[in-house]
Amino acid sequence: MEWLEMPRWSPYLVGAGIGLLSCLTFLLSDKPLGCSTAFARSSGMIERIFRGPRALGRPYFQKFQPVVDWEWMLVVGVVIGAAISAHLSGSMAAIWVPDRWADTFGPAAAPRLAVAFLGGILMGMGSRWAGGCTSGHGISGTLQLAAGSWLAVASFFAGGVALAMFIFRILGG
Amino acid sequence: MLKSLHSKKNAQLLLGLLAGIVFGFLLQKGGATQYDVIIGQLLFEDFTVLKIMLSAVVVGMIGVHLMRSFGLVQLHPKPGSWGSILIGGLLFGCGFATLGYCPGTVAGAVGNGYIDALIGGVGGILLGAWLFALLYPRLQATILNKGNFGDITLPQLLKVNAWYVVVPAAAVIIGLLVLLEWSGL
Repeated sequence: MEWLEMPRWSPYLVGAGIGLLSCLTFLLSDKPLGCSTAFARSSGMIERIFRGPRALGRPYFQKFQPVVDWEWMLVVGVVIGAAISAHLSGSMAAIWVPDRWADTFGPAAAPRLAVAFLGGILMGMGSRWAGGCTSGHGISGTLQLAAGSWLAVASFFAGGVALAMFIFRILGG
Repeated sequence: MLKSLHSKKNAQLLLGLLAGIVFGFLLQKGGATQYDVIIGQLLFEDFTVLKIMLSAVVVGMIGVHLMRSFGLVQLHPKPGSWGSILIGGLLFGCGFATLGYCPGTVAGAVGNGYIDALIGGVGGILLGAWLFALLYPRLQATILNKGNFGDITLPQLLKVNAWYVVVPAAAVIIGLLVLLEWSGL
């Protein structure tokens, strides 16, 4: 079982595996892979803790009810699956600042956490605004040949490449 | 189709969890749960993310359309509009570059031990998704439906049988992957 302990697999093998997994979820669950609605549902669950059932009155939470569903369980599974893989290859570690960031902007945790939090807000809004993320549009939508999903993935990368180039080549250059 | 399995609620929650475990395992083995790999892709230094996504699309596209031709599955294309997808997509892209993870890989990065993914990533995405829910009624009445094109697929747009798009698209993607390998990227 040495292959389970390898730190990295070929991206083509990993991609083909995700493609086969998509086929299985369509067949067994009638669902495409996707992750971002689980975050929207969870934000409703959190609001419900603070405001009670009034939170459920929001039109968005009537469309995406704050309940545990298939996709919510999928996201929990992703945490577990990645932890198993990292544990098997010995790469599990508590890391505050990723290397690429530290090389450019230094090893202090606070700036990285602040920028990550800001990025998370943009990503949470953007994924719900666009109706999907890199999984729901980027893989599941494009493989169904949905026109909107191809537009979405082009927009994700257009925005991402432009801002990453600005951050690392101009600000960090 | 396996309609009776689809309607079993608890079995589906378990299947969702199992699919997630496989998905997370694969994302971690591919390196896609690492900030460095994702930022490397956006800076055109490391093409791992594109290689994973494009191979997943080729295999999934052929598999799903084959099963659909045999009546085993149905498609669920997401509806969209220029106002939702283009603007939301660009916002997402800005988040992609600053956070360095996406909603799926951020969950994998948490499992891998990345604290920036847990505190910044999960915390920020939850807040961002909630802010969207607050703004939703106003956005829905204005920008989200601008240039609505519904859940149309490329074969419907071109008015052809899906296989006339699947086969050329697979060929172009495979050609692109071969080109990436040849150029040493």
